[in-house]
Amino acid sequence: MMEVVSGVLWVVGSVFALLAAVGVLRMPDVFTRMQASTKASTLGLGCLAVGAALQLADTASAIRLLSIGAFLLLTTPVSAHVIARAAYRAGLPLWSGTVLDERRRDFERHGEA
Amino acid sequence: MIAFSTQFALITLAVALLIAVVRLVKGPTLPDRVVAMDLVGVLVVGLIVVLAASTGVRAALDAAIVIALIAFVSTVAYGTYVERGHPE
Repeated sequence: MMEVVSGVLWVVGSVFALLAAVGVLRMPDVFTRMQASTKASTLGLGCLAVGAALQLADTASAIRLLSIGAFLLLTTPVSAHVIARAAYRAGLPLWSGTVLDERRRDFERHGEA
Repeated sequence: MIAFSTQFALITLAVALLIAVVRLVKGPTLPDRVVAMDLVGVLVVGLIVVLAASTGVRAALDAAIVIALIAFVSTVAYGTYVERGHPE
């Protein structure tokens, strides 16, 4: 039973990781690429870690795997925010199909805050 | 079941790693490459986790933790570097 659950989690997690990579290759600008990579890779690695913890089935490995998952859950949004803010401040162009740039709208309405 | 899912996960993660490296080489700007490098770090951690669980080498999990830590710190460091005005 545990083996089936762990196998399904590994298949789901690796497919999410593949989707993250395809998103990074196919998306049109830095911000959309960052978004695709962050969400999908966090969920994918979470599934892989839980599946591995179920399969190894001892306390020391489970603690390490869950701490990997928790650490990634905490740090991925932070690093994505840092790199997106840096790219925006460096003036990288947004995709030509972008319909809303809230920071520029607020800047034009209120000036530099 | 477990043999199939192990092989499936390893092959899929390897293909994902290859695609991320394509973006790392192609990426027109530095932030693109930083995003790709961050993804490469996450994928390597996933590969190590799957390998450690399927072969029973539990010591490899410590290496995975260290790689995850270093990937986060290097991404933040590159972010401050780009923000100081080196977009290329």
